[in-house]
Amino acid sequence: MLKQSVLQIEHLRVSFRIHEEYYAAVDDVSLTVHENEVLAIVGESGCGKSALALSIIGLHPPERTKLEGAVMFKGKNLLTQSVQALNEIRGKDIGMIFQDPLTALNPLMTVGKQIEESMDYHTTLSASEKRKRTLELLQRVGIPNPAQTYDRYPHELSGGMRQRIVIAIAIACNPAVIIADEPTTALDVTIQAQIIRLLKDLQQQMNTGIILITHDLGVVAEMADRVAVMYAGEIVELADVYTLFTRPLHPYTRSLLQSIPSAQTSKETLHVIQGIVPPLTKLPRTGCRFRTRIGWMDESTHESHPILREVEPNHWVRCTCYQHFYFPDGGERA
Amino acid sequence: MVKFILRRIVMMIPQLFILSVLIFLLAKAMPGDALTGQLANNPKMDAQTLAEMREKLGLNDPLYVQYARWIKNLLHGDLGMSYVHQQPVTDLLAGRMWNTVLLSLCILVLTYAIAVPLGVISGRWQDSWADKLIVGYSYVSFATPLFIFALIMLFLFGFKLGWFPTGGSVDIQLEEGTFDYYISKFNHLLLPSLSGALISTVGIIQYLRSEIIDTKVKDFVRTARAKGVPEAKIYSRHILRNSFLPIAAFLGYEITGLIGGSVFLESIFSYPGIGQLFLQSIMQRDYSVVTALVMISGLATLVGTLLSDIILSAVDPRIRIE
Repeated sequence: MLKQSVLQIEHLRVSFRIHEEYYAAVDDVSLTVHENEVLAIVGESGCGKSALALSIIGLHPPERTKLEGAVMFKGKNLLTQSVQALNEIRGKDIGMIFQDPLTALNPLMTVGKQIEESMDYHTTLSASEKRKRTLELLQRVGIPNPAQTYDRYPHELSGGMRQRIVIAIAIACNPAVIIADEPTTALDVTIQAQIIRLLKDLQQQMNTGIILITHDLGVVAEMADRVAVMYAGEIVELADVYTLFTRPLHPYTRSLLQSIPSAQTSKETLHVIQGIVPPLTKLPRTGCRFRTRIGWMDESTHESHPILREVEPNHWVRCTCYQHFYFPDGGERA
Repeated sequence: MVKFILRRIVMMIPQLFILSVLIFLLAKAMPGDALTGQLANNPKMDAQTLAEMREKLGLNDPLYVQYARWIKNLLHGDLGMSYVHQQPVTDLLAGRMWNTVLLSLCILVLTYAIAVPLGVISGRWQDSWADKLIVGYSYVSFATPLFIFALIMLFLFGFKLGWFPTGGSVDIQLEEGTFDYYISKFNHLLLPSLSGALISTVGIIQYLRSEIIDTKVKDFVRTARAKGVPEAKIYSRHILRNSFLPIAAFLGYEITGLIGGSVFLESIFSYPGIGQLFLQSIMQRDYSVVTALVMISGLATLVGTLLSDIILSAVDPRIRIE
């Protein structure tokens, strides 16, 4: 299965200015998205996944963000494009789905107009053709009565319906890549399942590559083809979804997977990873970044300059500490 | 929408009733009545004649009877007689009312014409030198009292530079209806309305600025960017429309402020409007004029808030009333 790659992220570093100094929220990340593939990026809050997603189409405020590396798309490096050139790509070739459908839509514009808006700038369709296409899109994202919904305002729709509108906006111009930034986080569980189903169906119909940002491993299991696990701005493990769930190697990945509550576990306590992701200004810049949260592990088990290594075909892990990892509460040894 | 406006107008009736009772009681609570003052101090006037006149004018009737009479006349458009000017209050108001409405309208238009662009510039290019300049101006204007600023304007542009007339509402030599007449009227309006407008912009500028700063980081603006909408359109279609909402609501309340402002402006610029008349009438204890003017300004305030609600429901779909 040789899939065409559509977007390559090469050594991307995203730094934000905090008190006159730049701190990297995304550090040397390289990833490739293929057509008809869902690449999931998982990690806790604050590990840089959203920063990564927004930097692809340059949505960070430029005055306090520094972007290094390259995001190659159709032979162009998106990081060096002007805003005008980026606007040609945004919404047309790369669509974006946002986390919170309650705030992602303009409250003063009908949803129909909001879907049409990207066609205004990327197509030469006439008003009636745009309307026709919008009605089709509403149908495709599972809105029961497109004609009425077209003239509705966001506040008149439920959360799930609004997220369908956000998806319709993202796919309005048949993008080659969709970036979905926590598309189900703000929704309740039953709606989450419908939205995942919808995204999966659309992706298969349209042959789109999807970058799925999430912290929900359930969503990953259902949707993703490949998974990149991010911690403190770095990718710590990259593998296809089956390998990742059956043979996770990096201690962070394994802790994440352990943290999923399951109906079978007899343990009464929920596994939690000690501590939190350190704030941007306090990130360890050398060595294994996860070592601060597994303090009981011998320092010598970490590499001084851990790199992402291919430990088996298409399975990449950062740092050698995984070879010595076990769960301190008596979980299985590595 | 029509139903909503009708309902609001119906709701204004009890409000106006309470207002009228208050005004009536306050007027009655003031020392003396229409016959004290000039008439009572007249040595040729004896106490018996005075008592007869009081009886004839109904001033000895119980309060509710007097109130009922006043309100009945009011509803018939009869605001009573001005004791000082010796003519019906309605006649006295007719010309002045039009002058004040014209002045207020001019101030309103100028205020928005100055404040909206400045607010947009300062919100869009936050912390730029232009923004700092505009914010500086708005604070200085906020700290300057209207009556001082208007005097300075009058002195500078009226007397020193002689660019504008220093009083009145129109050149009296001109005939009404001619082109020169309207030019003169406009010329007389310009300085007072500019004085009023230049220092009442602060509310709109600051409101608009902070609204734009708030709105431009909202999620839906990011959605618009992700759609590839050009920056100019991001502002016109998404940020500005959302930021204008509170400003639109402001418009109605602005009317209340204009009435207060007109008292100062018209007195300083000797502009014959109801503000000037109001101040004069208070000083001359011309109560029937004062009560009529308070009633009118109360009505204007109510109409202003109604206007605000109508505008707001017209521009914000979330509060559209069916």
